[in-house]
Amino acid sequence: MPHKEDRKGPVWLISTTWRRNTTIRWRRYHVSRAMSIHKTSSLRYSDVTPRREYINRRLFLAAGSAVLGALASPFAAGAETKLSGYTKSPFSTDEKPTPYSAVTSYNNYYEFGTGKDEPAKNAKNYRTSPWMLSIGGEVTKPKMLDLDAIMKVAPLEERIYRHRCVEGWSFVIPWIGFPLNALLKQVEPTSKAKYVAFQSYYDPKQMLSSRAAQIQFPYIEGLRLDEAMHPLTLISVGLYGQTLPPQNGAPLRLTVPWKYGYKSIKSLVKIRLVEKQPPTTWNLAWSQAYGFYSNVNPQVDHPTHSQATEERLGSGIFGQHIKTRMFNGYDQVASLYSGMNLRKYY
Amino acid sequence: MKKFWLSRWTKVLLFLLCLLPLADLLRHGFEQDMTANPIEFITHYTGNWTLRLLLITLAITPLRALLHQPQLVRFRRMLGLFAFFYGLLHLTTWIWLDKEFDVAAMWDDVVKRRFITVGMLGLLLMVPLAVTSTAGWVRRLGFKRWQWLHRLIYVSAAAGVVHYYWLVKSDIRLPLMYGAILTVLLLYRLGAWMKDRIKAKRRSRPVPSGVSVAS
Repeated sequence: MPHKEDRKGPVWLISTTWRRNTTIRWRRYHVSRAMSIHKTSSLRYSDVTPRREYINRRLFLAAGSAVLGALASPFAAGAETKLSGYTKSPFSTDEKPTPYSAVTSYNNYYEFGTGKDEPAKNAKNYRTSPWMLSIGGEVTKPKMLDLDAIMKVAPLEERIYRHRCVEGWSFVIPWIGFPLNALLKQVEPTSKAKYVAFQSYYDPKQMLSSRAAQIQFPYIEGLRLDEAMHPLTLISVGLYGQTLPPQNGAPLRLTVPWKYGYKSIKSLVKIRLVEKQPPTTWNLAWSQAYGFYSNVNPQVDHPTHSQATEERLGSGIFGQHIKTRMFNGYDQVASLYSGMNLRKYY
Repeated sequence: MKKFWLSRWTKVLLFLLCLLPLADLLRHGFEQDMTANPIEFITHYTGNWTLRLLLITLAITPLRALLHQPQLVRFRRMLGLFAFFYGLLHLTTWIWLDKEFDVAAMWDDVVKRRFITVGMLGLLLMVPLAVTSTAGWVRRLGFKRWQWLHRLIYVSAAAGVVHYYWLVKSDIRLPLMYGAILTVLLLYRLGAWMKDRIKAKRRSRPVPSGVSVAS
């Protein structure tokens, strides 16, 4: 038999009362808040319009007729559309590309959730048109480009690149894009420009909060100018012959194949040429694990795992591990780092 | 109600229930629905269930008192053993699929990666508990000593939570949730222990003189 006094005040009774009270208080707060909106006339446009839409409208006004052109472009539909007129690049690997379904269902895109399957689900209705990319900073010809202009920066190429994630897995992805240096040359960097800073689109209304993801948004990345100018560094606008799906960083993203995946920033809205090494999101979050350079390097461990091997995803569960190669096998970039201690500059 | 808990079939039912996660995992495998990274999927799946079953096992003692169903203790051993079972599946996944039997790489991880060190410790501490889970061992050790040994589950569960907390990259919501549940379960025990002590003290205190004890 349980003790009699145990029956008097079970803990869970207190908690239900507390819960009921807080629910009532919560309801009252929201009802009064809703009513006050009706009463006051200080209602702003941004209060009733989703942020994304009024920003889009602003862009619409800014871009004028160019946007009308964009509406007719492949990006207008919202779903992925076929790209054409691209050439095959000699930089492509002959390794077997990872199935499209894997590349588009297993993503790190924390703005849309920290689970690998979340971006594909949560970014479904993410509208990427119209879109504006600004390039400025230490340049003589700063630019604002809409998607149509972006597509015309340079001829599109298909490049099949290895993609190595810092978490220890890898894909082989047929990207479609053009070298970043083609774009940078157009804006004419000044002699002060030493680094390139990149910024992702961020809309807290339709994306996860920084607090939940525990990393800073908008997502920012950076490269040294010579890295950004390297012919391997790509602005990707598509994969597998189609425009980028939202979860892969639509409508345009960076692709730096010799660095860990998080350097290849998604959904680019801003590029700035700067004098000093710019801050980067993962470095701010955990500097011991994520350095500025983040070159793929089998000799430098991540605090939670070795980087000596990687799991090539897409074909099963047994014997999936292969040896990770220095610079992800892109030896042609080695000269960018000659004389540098890559254990120190990880 | 008491009769229900004591029925032979409830144990069979619980046994089948505890096999459901494994069945679901196999279903995911057959339907090739294990994300693009099946090794990670299996690792997380088995790890999650190890932790969940550890917490369910630890919830038995508070539930017995709160629901006034002391018979619930009948299920504790099976739950604990299933926690160990999923823990072994978790370890097997790591050894076989993740590390591909590379002993040097595994040893390197155990020594260098604190989340693996603490996870391994948690699982190792479950071994003596699984071995001495039989009635025979309770007799051989004596109930008091057996009980003390089996308090190692507190360490295992805490190690499991810390293991999870240390391995996530940035989103710590889930490990914190497991940690919160474990804290409540352990605080309950602390509270019950203090209550017992106070009661024991009160009982042992002599009746103050000058107070007339009504007959």
